[in-house]
Amino acid sequence: MATVRLRNLRKSFGAVEVIKGVDIDIEDGEFVVFVGPSGCGKSTLLRMIAGLEDITSGTLEIDGVTVNDLAPKDRGIAMVFQTYAIFPHMTVRENVAFGLTIAGAPRAEKERKVAEAARILQMEHLLDRHPSQLSGGQRQRVAIGRAIVRDPKVFLFDEPLSNLDAALRMDMRMEIGKLHQNLGASMIYVTHDQVEAMTLADKIVVLKDGEVMQTGTPMELYHNPANLFVAGFLGAPSMNFIKVEVGSVGPGQATVRTPALDPIDVPTGGRSFKGGDKAILAVRPQYLTPTAPDAGMLHGTVALTERLGAETVIDVTLRDGGSIIAAIAEDRVLKPGTEIGLSFDAAKAHLFADEALHTEPH
Amino acid sequence: MASKLTTSNRAGWGFALPGFGLIAVFIVLPFFFAFYFSLTNQRLISPNPTEYVGLDNYRSLLGLAVITLEPERDDAGQILRDADGAIEYPRVRTITRSDDFPQYRGMREWFRWHSGDTARVVIASDVVFMKALVNTFLFVLVVAPVQAGLALCLALLINQRLRGINIYRTIYFMPVVVSIVVVSLLWRFIYDGNDGLLNNLLSALSFGAFEGRDWLGDPSTALGSIMAMSIWQAVGFHMVIWLSGLQTISPTLYEAADIEGANRWQTFRYVTWPGLRNTAVLILIVITMQCFALFAQIDVMTNGGPLDSTQTLVFQAVERGYGRQDISGGSAISVILFLIVLSISLVQRWLTRGR
Repeated sequence: MATVRLRNLRKSFGAVEVIKGVDIDIEDGEFVVFVGPSGCGKSTLLRMIAGLEDITSGTLEIDGVTVNDLAPKDRGIAMVFQTYAIFPHMTVRENVAFGLTIAGAPRAEKERKVAEAARILQMEHLLDRHPSQLSGGQRQRVAIGRAIVRDPKVFLFDEPLSNLDAALRMDMRMEIGKLHQNLGASMIYVTHDQVEAMTLADKIVVLKDGEVMQTGTPMELYHNPANLFVAGFLGAPSMNFIKVEVGSVGPGQATVRTPALDPIDVPTGGRSFKGGDKAILAVRPQYLTPTAPDAGMLHGTVALTERLGAETVIDVTLRDGGSIIAAIAEDRVLKPGTEIGLSFDAAKAHLFADEALHTEPH
Repeated sequence: MASKLTTSNRAGWGFALPGFGLIAVFIVLPFFFAFYFSLTNQRLISPNPTEYVGLDNYRSLLGLAVITLEPERDDAGQILRDADGAIEYPRVRTITRSDDFPQYRGMREWFRWHSGDTARVVIASDVVFMKALVNTFLFVLVVAPVQAGLALCLALLINQRLRGINIYRTIYFMPVVVSIVVVSLLWRFIYDGNDGLLNNLLSALSFGAFEGRDWLGDPSTALGSIMAMSIWQAVGFHMVIWLSGLQTISPTLYEAADIEGANRWQTFRYVTWPGLRNTAVLILIVITMQCFALFAQIDVMTNGGPLDSTQTLVFQAVERGYGRQDISGGSAISVILFLIVLSISLVQRWLTRGR
């Protein structure tokens, strides 16, 4: 159990800088998730913490000790890989005990620790099998077992669930969550999947192009995204971005409008705007409520309806030609072509300065 | 499946036909011919009709016996000794040419050892074949492990991301692309007894203390010299096979081992070597087969000499079949070689079978 401190951490491959000065504090026993789109540097950052990649500059402290130049084995970390990285020619038992074998631990200690890890992961019955006889989920469990046996200060997970199918992914996600509760160890978890991030994390670090976009608890990030990127990245379906024009500006709020949007006062969230600015109004699809065509603040026609049973997702073409997604928390039949109005609670909308929209797929 | 192979693929079969035809005519057919000829007295060119002779060819190749020779004694029963004090024994030909021992007729001494005063002599119907057999096995036993091991070392060395590593890969692989005949000719100069490169080099390195020797002309060094050259020539080929095996091992496994704290040897022992298992089986079998087929080096460099010290099975098969026009004898050697290689391969496969 330990704290991890990243101070102005940088990494360059030749002339290309992929990690551009990252500061993160991870407290003892915290579950931190690095999330971001492909190529944002989250895996590189994790590998730098593990010692698999050199640190170009900055300092990395684990448990108060600067470990920049320590070998991976001396950093007190254990890592679980996306591709499991369990040794195909060894039994589960040998795999789990690998670190102890390498260190020349006595047989009794090995057996005790392996049994302990197997108990925690409920895989006692798998110990004498070879990896080829295991399913993906079981293999990942073996990899986690190998990490547990190391008794590390920090667990590192590099997209551990990405190679599993959807149903299994959910099970394993919950197991990792329970594991964190049981062990109480500091864990750093890398994923591109926002659901994993939202459900597992005590703290989420959103990364983009090697920079931290925002750090905070899942709910902070969900309800108060610091920028357009975070707003668009978290939540499914992703947030609606509506280009608006700022009218009058009051304390902590501004009036915005478009041809399809009736003038409405929205909170500025500490960002400053002035009249006549172009801005982006961000509204979660879940906060949009369908109304009669002339009621509500947004007006358009239904272009597409997706009925998911408990939820209905509708794609509405606005009067000004824009498009907006609404997620209604009930099963509703809305024929394409129907005139519709949408209302929302202005307090739950966000206003961002109009920069280039970050709409990479995630 | 059947329909796919026969009906819908006429053009494909058409394209394959020339290849199949050549393989059939030059490999499959001769293979079966060898079995047939080895049971006859077929000669390359002969006016006499071919006769079936059963296993005579094999008997005349494989005939082996041990005879015991008592020392020669004088009338008083004392053991006779020659001028050097060595015990005198009756000559082997008194037995092999005697009508009392028709079973030993025509056999010659291969080697002998002494137990007490008596000498035991191993006689063989075909001493040259026996020497070829032993040399071939010796060649396999030395070359296969050394070449495989060396190739693995080279593969590990060049399996690194370094600037210019491809230059080394090319250098190590180069001898493989050069014809073995050319290589053999070049190495004849290197091994030359008078002014060869090797002699010059050793003499220079030892500041003239090394006096030079005729590497290929000395029965004690000839086979070793050919082994060394053969290892050098084909090591690059096996290096490439090892390399391909090395590159199939997932880099993540190395990272996992790194995090667990494995040192270099442990990484090799627990990650690399187990990952190379299938490659090792392949290389072992391929090298063994290539070693048993040793011919060109012998033909170019020593012709089996000096004193039959570099005779090998394939060289003998060719020598008999075409040199002495004894097709049936050559065929019999080929069949014996085939059976040896087959059984060794089966044993190797059994020993290296997957769990």
